[in-house]
Amino acid sequence: MILTELRKLFRRPRTWMALFLLDALPTVVAIFVAVTKVGPRPGEGPAFLSAVLSNGALFPAAALAIVLPLFLPISVAVVAGDAIAGEASGGTLRYLLARPVGRTRLLVAKLVSAVAFIVVAVVLVAATAFVVGAHLFGVHPLPALSGGPPLSGPAATSRIALTVVYVGWSMLGVAAVALFLSTVTDSALGAALGALAVLVASQVLVVLDAAAAIRPYLPTRYWLAFVDLFRTPIFWHDIVRGVALQGVYVIVLLGFAWANFSSKDITS
Amino acid sequence: MTAIRTEGLTKRYGSLVVVDGVDLEVGDGDRYGFLGPNGSGKTTTVRMLLGLVHPTAGSLEVLGDARLKRALAEVGAIVEAPAAYGHVSGRKNLALFDAAGPGGSRRTRRRRIEEALETVGLAGVGKRPVKAYSLGMRQRLGLAAALLRRPRLLILDEPGNGLDPQGTREIRDLLFGLNAAGTTLFISSHLLAEVEALCTRVGVLDRGRLVIQDALSALRQETGRVLVRTPDAAAAVALLDGRITARDGDRLMVTAPDVALLNSQLVTAGLRIAELRSEVRSLEDVVLEVTGPGSDRLA
Repeated sequence: MILTELRKLFRRPRTWMALFLLDALPTVVAIFVAVTKVGPRPGEGPAFLSAVLSNGALFPAAALAIVLPLFLPISVAVVAGDAIAGEASGGTLRYLLARPVGRTRLLVAKLVSAVAFIVVAVVLVAATAFVVGAHLFGVHPLPALSGGPPLSGPAATSRIALTVVYVGWSMLGVAAVALFLSTVTDSALGAALGALAVLVASQVLVVLDAAAAIRPYLPTRYWLAFVDLFRTPIFWHDIVRGVALQGVYVIVLLGFAWANFSSKDITS
Repeated sequence: MTAIRTEGLTKRYGSLVVVDGVDLEVGDGDRYGFLGPNGSGKTTTVRMLLGLVHPTAGSLEVLGDARLKRALAEVGAIVEAPAAYGHVSGRKNLALFDAAGPGGSRRTRRRRIEEALETVGLAGVGKRPVKAYSLGMRQRLGLAAALLRRPRLLILDEPGNGLDPQGTREIRDLLFGLNAAGTTLFISSHLLAEVEALCTRVGVLDRGRLVIQDALSALRQETGRVLVRTPDAAAAVALLDGRITARDGDRLMVTAPDVALLNSQLVTAGLRIAELRSEVRSLEDVVLEVTGPGSDRLA
């Protein structure tokens, strides 16, 4: 079942289109920056982008920061939102369940394929960005953000790898929201947009001082905390909170998705 | 053994009772027609049999097994319209569908897919994606999917949709063949003629209740009226005075409890009889008598 779902995911032209666009945006940004030598002023624009100008090795982190606010969550929401609702609106859900495929099994397979998409997307963005960055800007040891000795070779690679994992984990939260909504509605678009609405609402509240009381619990609050991975020593406080918070969201929402889907009457 | 047995099967949505205490009994090897007006609860019942809708009350058993998930591995189904992934070919669709659940050996998959496509008349369909299929082709593909694992029970909801008269006849012959080889057929439809041509037993649902469940031959009883066609119609009317209920040229409708007696009466009187046939109630008469209007009629 899991293999079938993966086959379905990677046989869809849409999946490859999404991956291509995810890679294209940071590459376009890199080309503009490289050609004009105009980076964003420090403290503005996507994280790390100004530093990339002097060191291409940082570009994977910058590329992830570029796709993180919108592109990446959109593509994850579309894939995960389509999981159950897409089968329902296409009419194939009733045939799968009557096949019979257990509902829990189907949900797990859909989750695995969403995770596979996230992993492929994040790794591909980072890998492409490394190649692009190395070619356009050259590679030097990473300067540590908070002073200290620069990170060289293996250390830099491991920081980038941690970033990939952290960003992927954050996206799992998006996937959980979309997957839950996908079991609620029969419209894949509705589920994807619903998940995005949650994220946009969270982003609005994160910057709103009046909402400071709930800020630590907002799903997008710690998304950009991966920046702390490049400090020496690594500043773990927000990272740990981010991982834990996403974990709670993922568990609760997947629990809701399971409870809803396994007790639902399939009338599509 | 019974292929399908339900006891008091009930589905309620809030205060709305869609299926109300249905006791289905479909024997092994039956060709069972499941009838009823639109909105009478046929599809909901079928969905409960396939584990898609959870019953509010009652029990159900498929192929002698109350654990539906196990039984369904040996069931093939079409539920309302057929469905497939539009961007891949019919063959790929069947392969994905077969790989998704239990009971489909990977080793025999390719062969079973070719056989199923052959059986439903799609062997030459090639690689075109399903979105380029006609409605009739999709219906055939749906049937192929249902047949992939040589099921012991076929649950078909409106299997004739989208087929032309030749296609309908072809599928009917196919179903006859499968039934002769031991497959039980449970066919839900509102096309009475189709069910009449195919089925031996019928169940009729009306507003969620099973109002009839019997052998088709038992339902189609003689009405006690006889159609007589004779060139000597005037003489026959004189002879059978008072027993003629209708006359249309040389065709007479005669009330006669004993057809043989009527025949000898007419012949003894020297009348030439071209046709003598007792009237049998059609399935349509039976169904219309016991069911109300469909839920789509809002008068």
